[in-house]
Amino acid sequence: MPEEITHNAIVEAVRLATEDVFATMLSLPVKCGDARQTPKELESFDGVIAVVGIGGHWTGTGRISLTPQLACKLAGALVGCSFDAVNEEVLDAVAEVSNMIVGNVKTFFEEQLGPLGLSVPTVIFGRNYRTRSAGVTNWSVIPFFTGSEEMEVHFCLMPTKQAHPVHREVLQTA
Amino acid sequence: MSLDVLIVDDSAAIRKILQRVLVQADVPLGTVCEASDGIEALERLKTIKVGLILSDINMPNMDGIALLGRLKADEAYRSIPVLMVTTEGSQAKVLQALELGAKGYVKKPFTAEQIKEKLVGVI
Repeated sequence: MPEEITHNAIVEAVRLATEDVFATMLSLPVKCGDARQTPKELESFDGVIAVVGIGGHWTGTGRISLTPQLACKLAGALVGCSFDAVNEEVLDAVAEVSNMIVGNVKTFFEEQLGPLGLSVPTVIFGRNYRTRSAGVTNWSVIPFFTGSEEMEVHFCLMPTKQAHPVHREVLQTA
Repeated sequence: MSLDVLIVDDSAAIRKILQRVLVQADVPLGTVCEASDGIEALERLKTIKVGLILSDINMPNMDGIALLGRLKADEAYRSIPVLMVTTEGSQAKVLQALELGAKGYVKKPFTAEQIKEKLVGVI
């Protein structure tokens, strides 16, 4: 089992999963932009964020952020109708798109890491909010473009003991 | 003869898409019922007889594997064919579902053709 999953491996897995979901379920063109690594969390974000957790011997989070306009566009493409504003149906669709992307990334890494669990997605919509994920020191950020709209996938994956330093401390003193 | 179907998924969007895909697959649809988790699915089955169940795996309250176990343990529901349609693609989960008696497994994202192919021989 590897000691770490590299940034490049995460970028490739996210790219493949996102392109597959866009081509198969949304029939929308999508282009992957230049990926980067950052320890920074989102600051003062306006729009929709979907979060899906990964658990098991490795712990991770996939977080997808997009504008309300793109959220409406994705939802419309998924269910086959148009949406003018973010509503329950749009949030549900964004949750499902995120679930498919993160779920497929999880499946990709299970070949190396063994079985992993997937949480049900959480979706947040609002203005001027921040997000924090405990224990995450580095995010791989992969931007995607569809038409003039941009969506970002933030992803982290690390061995579980690294993600829970408090638990490791307890184990070491036991 | 029409086929009554129960679609179990916590996403309303996916339930809607699956219903559309069944029409595209020329399935002679009768009543289509929906449930957002395994518990709701079992409740639905008390009031309607269906000839096919399409179920997700990762759902709150009762997941698709637990639902499958309950269905196959109950004489009244044992013979209903169940097709799993899910993001959960791990080999362990696929095997678990098939061992429990699922008739097939389709991974999300899916095409209408993939669903159609899996339904051949099931209905």
